[in-house]
Amino acid sequence: MTSVRSSLIPILTILAIIIAVWYAGAFYMNAPFQRDLDRRAGVESTFSELVGKTMSQPKPTLPAPHQVAQNVWENTFLRKITSNRSLVYHAWVTLSATLLGFFFGTVLGIAIAVGIVHVTTLDRSLMPWIIASQTIPILALAPMIIVVLAAVGVVGLIPKALISTYLSFFPVAVGMVKGLRSPEIMHLDLMHTYNATQWQTFWKLRVPASVPFLFASMKVAVAASLVGAIVGELPTGAVAGIGAKLLTGAYYSQTIDMFAALVAGSVVAALLVTLVGVAGRMTERAMGARPS
Amino acid sequence: MQLASTVPVVDAKGLGLTFQTNDGPVHALSNVNLSISKGEFVSFIGPSGCGKTTFLRVIADLEQPTDGTITVNGMSPREARERRAYGYVFQAAALYPWRTIERNVALPLEIMGISRTEQAERVKRTLAMVNLTGFEKKFPWQLSGGMQQRASIARALAFDADLLLMDEPFGALDEIVRDHLNEQLLELWDRTQKTICFVTHSIPEAVYLSTKIVVMSPRPGRVTDVIESTLPKERPLDIRETPEFLAIAARVRDGLRAGHSYED
Repeated sequence: MTSVRSSLIPILTILAIIIAVWYAGAFYMNAPFQRDLDRRAGVESTFSELVGKTMSQPKPTLPAPHQVAQNVWENTFLRKITSNRSLVYHAWVTLSATLLGFFFGTVLGIAIAVGIVHVTTLDRSLMPWIIASQTIPILALAPMIIVVLAAVGVVGLIPKALISTYLSFFPVAVGMVKGLRSPEIMHLDLMHTYNATQWQTFWKLRVPASVPFLFASMKVAVAASLVGAIVGELPTGAVAGIGAKLLTGAYYSQTIDMFAALVAGSVVAALLVTLVGVAGRMTERAMGARPS
Repeated sequence: MQLASTVPVVDAKGLGLTFQTNDGPVHALSNVNLSISKGEFVSFIGPSGCGKTTFLRVIADLEQPTDGTITVNGMSPREARERRAYGYVFQAAALYPWRTIERNVALPLEIMGISRTEQAERVKRTLAMVNLTGFEKKFPWQLSGGMQQRASIARALAFDADLLLMDEPFGALDEIVRDHLNEQLLELWDRTQKTICFVTHSIPEAVYLSTKIVVMSPRPGRVTDVIESTLPKERPLDIRETPEFLAIAARVRDGLRAGHSYED
């Protein structure tokens, strides 16, 4: 109980500060346009009236927190989830690509790590390419992936998932190389004294030793996957998904919709990272980790 | 043709090992001649850098000698390792933290492809031997340091190798626990008739445990004295106050001093 309370108060304090700064920012950013409107309409506003108006513009430069909250509430809970205005619907479209891409990325990352740890040639040759792959801006690469795959007839979920894969395999590969190499010399020597095969050393020592590293890197990877899926929706002119929602919001200056889509994206990201974290803790508990 | 039983368990002739490092060659072992017979309890004592651990690792095929020859049970160390001729106990317990105590002890048995029922039976027997019955389902962190080291001894005993190699197994434990484990180890040795090679830097421990004490000195690592103990096989802890015990301890100390081991 005390731990909940001791972490809740700092979090709420920071949240309150953010909201206060956000409101101040909303007033500051929206006021010039509002004054302009008032002047053209020939209306004299008192300061408090001006504040009220800057907080309720239909297309504000910076929407106020309550406007975003209201939009999120309406589009999450008050709409049928099959409606294309429902945030749940859009979040699900993005989430399905994220999960598929995350799965591919994790499998690919583990496979690369196993290769690097066991094959000297791969150890010497692969890592620079992997690092180089991550220096290319995904925003530049994503349209190419989509176009090339569409040309060979692959459309829909898979291209988006592959962009997620591209971003998420990297942390898993790096983390797992470290994890598979984490056993102490003494633990490896022990296997040697038993005349264990490389395969036995892998399954009975390297794999269990790498589990904490796997979950730490999967936390990073799942967030990267979500970014990949959203970015993958931008160049396709996708009609559904958080990325599509951001894009249409930008076209029609629906700033409130854009912020609502951002909120939906962050909620999905937080849920995913938390889920991976919980799965990691449960696995480590089952593997005898000392409860912290 | 010698009879099998008279073949020494370990036989080293002119054994040398030189590590090539960036600061030039390091002579870890130089011209070591030593023969260990079946059933002996041999302690290796000397200051750090005298090659006692290296010698143990050469027997275990964890290091390759650069000079001389060594046989284990009449074979090369590699062949002996492939036939699982020895159990090795490290300085730290080196238990796998994700395995319970019984699964740790079962690890070598799993690797050697022993059947599940036989595994369970052997784990039970060896854990009883080191007085850890009742701790099968615990994870290593739930046990004290002494208990962990006992579990690691059980793991080395589980596959019934005739040779036990122990590298300062009690070095990290406090004196009271260490006394207790020394007593238990002697009892175990008596019961199992194994050959034990035991590395230590404690003179009382070496004299208390051994039938043979190998005194070593550093730079280069070499054997300066081999003392055959005259103590009886039955050794209560207070044997350490007898004149005979103290005489042997004095000879060990002289041997260490003669090696000029602490001059620089």
